[in-house]
Amino acid sequence: MDETLPPDWMELRLIAARPRVVAALLRYFRNLDLAEEAYQEASLRALRTWPVNGPPRDAEGWLIMVGRNAALDHLRKQARMQELPSEERISDLDDREADLVERLDAADYRDDILRLLFICCHPDLPATQQVALALRIVCGVSVRDIARAFLVNERAMEQRITRAKARVAAAAVEFETPGPVERAERFAIVAAMVYLVFNEGYTDADTNSERARLCTEGIRLARLMLGLFPAEPEMMGLLALMLLQHARRHARIGPDGTPVRLEDQDRTLWDRKAIAEALVMLDKAMRHRRPGPYQIQAAIAALHARAGAADATDWAEINQLYIALERHAPSPVVTLNRSVALARVEGAAAALALIEPLADALDGYFYFHGVRGHFLEELGQPQGARDAYGRAIALASTAAEAIHIRAQLDRLAGSAQAATPANEFGG
Amino acid sequence: MEVLNMLYTLLCYNDETMTSAWSEAEDAAVMERLDVVHRKWADNMKPVVRLMPTSAATTYRKVEKLITDGPYAETKEQLLGFYVVDVQTLEQAHDIVRDLAEANPGGAYEVRPVMIYIPDGSGPKDG
Repeated sequence: MDETLPPDWMELRLIAARPRVVAALLRYFRNLDLAEEAYQEASLRALRTWPVNGPPRDAEGWLIMVGRNAALDHLRKQARMQELPSEERISDLDDREADLVERLDAADYRDDILRLLFICCHPDLPATQQVALALRIVCGVSVRDIARAFLVNERAMEQRITRAKARVAAAAVEFETPGPVERAERFAIVAAMVYLVFNEGYTDADTNSERARLCTEGIRLARLMLGLFPAEPEMMGLLALMLLQHARRHARIGPDGTPVRLEDQDRTLWDRKAIAEALVMLDKAMRHRRPGPYQIQAAIAALHARAGAADATDWAEINQLYIALERHAPSPVVTLNRSVALARVEGAAAALALIEPLADALDGYFYFHGVRGHFLEELGQPQGARDAYGRAIALASTAAEAIHIRAQLDRLAGSAQAATPANEFGG
Repeated sequence: MEVLNMLYTLLCYNDETMTSAWSEAEDAAVMERLDVVHRKWADNMKPVVRLMPTSAATTYRKVEKLITDGPYAETKEQLLGFYVVDVQTLEQAHDIVRDLAEANPGGAYEVRPVMIYIPDGSGPKDG
């Protein structure tokens, strides 16, 4: 075959095939290490033979078959094999391909990938290990890149992943095909892990960093899930939510590296393409009339995205959505977020009354004191505001947070000097 | 002598698991390469459409009278976008396709003649 492949094509093909291939090999060998090694061996062979023979029509099928045979060879050499599949089943690769494709097209691979993702977010693993394992095993991100994303050295990350694998292997992992109830439960756990991956990336101010790349990996995982289970409204909601947040990546950090508040962001920098797709996903999700936390959060983000300018934001609707979110996923932080919307609808006094009962629960939370200070400032209580901002600055975990609050304090100090009523600066 | 042109659609298929694995930079690079081809054939190109991912699709199935999530067909490669081109020969349509394919890694193009172009009837009918 004289048709040459673009140099990066094969690499992309292999990364794209990875989740399905590793998942199928895992079902076969029931061993994460062996499945991953088999995939790697198959990839190496692909890099050798595809440029010569041309790529197979079904790359996944090819990789699964070759990986399986390579692992069987390996096991045979180690001479601790159970009964081998018959010779004719594992030879004659090309002829078997069509048959294999047919079997792969069955619903099997959906559960394979779900199982693989589920194993990665095993409850025995701490969240950071879940994310690391999923990035390594499902997305195929190199250990070096994962280490960079988590700001640890490569050796430490290698060990972390090895430990995670050992833990998963030690736990009794369910390999049977899950029933509908169990599948729904798994789905929620996998969705939470996908959002964790995204959020790891979202916390990075540098949109070009290795860490920020995790945002696109999270989006990719959600797309993968939706490709397999296209009728899951919460996964649609999660994808919409991530797309909406990701759409603001070029606007949410100022040139000096400090975060820009949503209302101050240059909306022309928002990614309209991502927003359009998110709005479609959300519409699609709503058809199912099974709202959940991700859908509601996406709906809130969508209202911000739909507003052409900050002052066109539908705060009353956002307040209503937060009330719905408080019902579906109650937490003090959700209530705190609602208070910001409520302040726009009913004023700072109502908002302050809403968050006062959270003082104990959120005493160690930077944003609580920042928001509270803002409300107090708006209500013309500069001393209270100063105290709250002071508390916030003590809790700031990044320089950017501290700078932001420092600016509030400076403004308060400035307004006191000029004897200007503080509430003039409110809103 | 008047030469009648034909309308063809060039339907672009690719494996979505692969195109969604492109980074933003890779996607931009592909679009840039395609743009060179777009400019080259600008006189022949009518509507050019890039579709959102199939995860955004819903399908109405007439038999079941039901809207379902997802694309119409579960295939290895998905319809990602299409061109309508105004050309004199099938050969010319294939020339365009070859250029597009050169700029675009992997995938396949289906070339289908168009019978009706503008719904109000004002446009050209089949050539």
